[in-house]
Amino acid sequence: MRNRTRSFIALGLAGTLLLTACGGDDSGSEGSSGTESEPVTLNIVGFAVPEAANVAIAEEFNKTDEGANVSFKSSYGASGDQSRAVAEGLAADYVHFSVASDVTRLVDEGLVADTWADGDTKGIVSSSVVVFAVREGNPENIQTWDDLVKPGVEIVTPNPASSGAARWNALAAYGQAIEGGATEAEATQYVTDLFANVVSLPSSGRDATTAFLGGTGDVLLAYENEAILAHQNGEEFDYIIPETTMLIENPGAVLIDADPKAQDWLDFVLSKEGQKQFALKGFRPVIEGVEYGDVEGANEPADPFPEVTNLLTVEDDFESWDALSAKFFDEEEGIITVIIAESGKGE
Amino acid sequence: MTAAVVSASRVTTLGKASGLGLGVAMIWFSLLVLIPLAAVIVTASQGGWTAFWNTITNEQTAAAIRLTVTHAFLVTAVNVVMGTLIAWVLVRDQFKGQRILEVLIDIPFALPTIVAGLVLLSLYGPNSPIGVDVANTPRAVTLAFLFVTLPFVVRTVQPVLAELDPEVEEAAASLGASRFTTFRRIVLPSLIPAIAAGAALSFARAVSEYGSLVLLSGNLPFQTEVTSVRILSSIENDNVEAAAAVASVLLLISFSVIVLIDVLQRFLVKRD
Repeated sequence: MRNRTRSFIALGLAGTLLLTACGGDDSGSEGSSGTESEPVTLNIVGFAVPEAANVAIAEEFNKTDEGANVSFKSSYGASGDQSRAVAEGLAADYVHFSVASDVTRLVDEGLVADTWADGDTKGIVSSSVVVFAVREGNPENIQTWDDLVKPGVEIVTPNPASSGAARWNALAAYGQAIEGGATEAEATQYVTDLFANVVSLPSSGRDATTAFLGGTGDVLLAYENEAILAHQNGEEFDYIIPETTMLIENPGAVLIDADPKAQDWLDFVLSKEGQKQFALKGFRPVIEGVEYGDVEGANEPADPFPEVTNLLTVEDDFESWDALSAKFFDEEEGIITVIIAESGKGE
Repeated sequence: MTAAVVSASRVTTLGKASGLGLGVAMIWFSLLVLIPLAAVIVTASQGGWTAFWNTITNEQTAAAIRLTVTHAFLVTAVNVVMGTLIAWVLVRDQFKGQRILEVLIDIPFALPTIVAGLVLLSLYGPNSPIGVDVANTPRAVTLAFLFVTLPFVVRTVQPVLAELDPEVEEAAASLGASRFTTFRRIVLPSLIPAIAAGAALSFARAVSEYGSLVLLSGNLPFQTEVTSVRILSSIENDNVEAAAAVASVLLLISFSVIVLIDVLQRFLVKRD
């Protein structure tokens, strides 16, 4: 019965996706000069995860003076696919992606100004951290990164080769080893050991969650916000925030040709009210002083985002997204690419 | 006289109509198939021969192509036998629930593949209610391929079988042929073109499958990673040339197999 329900949910999801995809496609950005009273439609193109939060923020935005007459057309999907679609001409006023390289692709195409990351939050609109999702009650007693490489522990993670978003997980694994004093060779060895325990490499974060909830593996490398959202949707599993983990930073940007209202929207997304909506859906606010009260689905709703002892960031630990892409994920030579290929050959 | 005039005018109208028909068919076919395929091959060639060769001989990619093609062959062979059998049962036997089975056969066509993946994961994954767990093994690939290609041979063989005149078989039987001989010498030859068509479709479908197996197969390199996943990885790395190179290898393989099946089919029909 549960399986059947799941299939129906998936069917519904597929249908909605199709509809939103079509909806996003069919009209060019109106290009109206948007006087205060004129209704404006903003095209939002984003990766799948923040959809629920963006919908909530849009509702609040409509209550403000700037947002009163704004309606939204949105398209959500895999981050890389969405970014490529915009590069190929999908109408967009505001984009929200999983990784910075999906925005820089649009900068290269001349669609987004190269000053997009100059704001207070450096272009980041939502953030989260890498966590371990485990079975209820944590039967394998997974607490640290070292627990992941113990013999017999089965890990599920989205595939860093095909999912841009999954790269955060691989970086977290490598970065925490360096943070713990390992040399680059030792860190590479750690990640090799970790991938030796990987039993499934689904193509996207959502697929990985589905495979894990379907019974595959003991641990899922996931994001805190995904874990919280899944809890809100009634899924049953525990999640552990390791002492050292990676800060996931999702960029958002307004396109050069966008309606002026798009900037108002971005400002609102980055306001305390906008970030509160993100927090309620499980994202860590990117600015200080956001009051969000209880967050349902978090381990402790009253203290949903406990401070991480050692928080790794792209800027402090990996230079920049461009640099780390080449070093870790190059199709032939990347450290992670090679490790994943080797992990398959061993057996 | 009148009849002659009418028939003559009919021929000319038909000529125009079929000329128009051919034109429309060609434009339609070009827009949907020829031009996109040409684009894939042009893109594949943009990186130059060395890049193309390096891409397809990359160890992991080659392993994925090998896995995909072997499984597509295996599954096609199974379908030829099982599909013909199911078609036979549907046409020649009368049993309770026949109409239902008739409808159910098409489900793999109707179901979005990712839903098929979910169903397979819950049935043959770690939480399998029937105790069969093939998750993250090559058997998961076999299973997903079998699932999505099931209807092809059934649906191509069924109408041909339904049209066969049972009197010919009865005549053969009355002349002393055993049931097996009747099947082999009388029925099978008429079915071969249909089986071949179904086999070609089923092979091509398996080679390109992606959605139904991503949840169950685990995409493990050298073990369960299929070619579509490799193509996806290249696209994620903005390496469209590599993606197109692998895609054109798949195209070439599918094309050769379809031609091969056609040749084999003609040979078998001629021999009989």
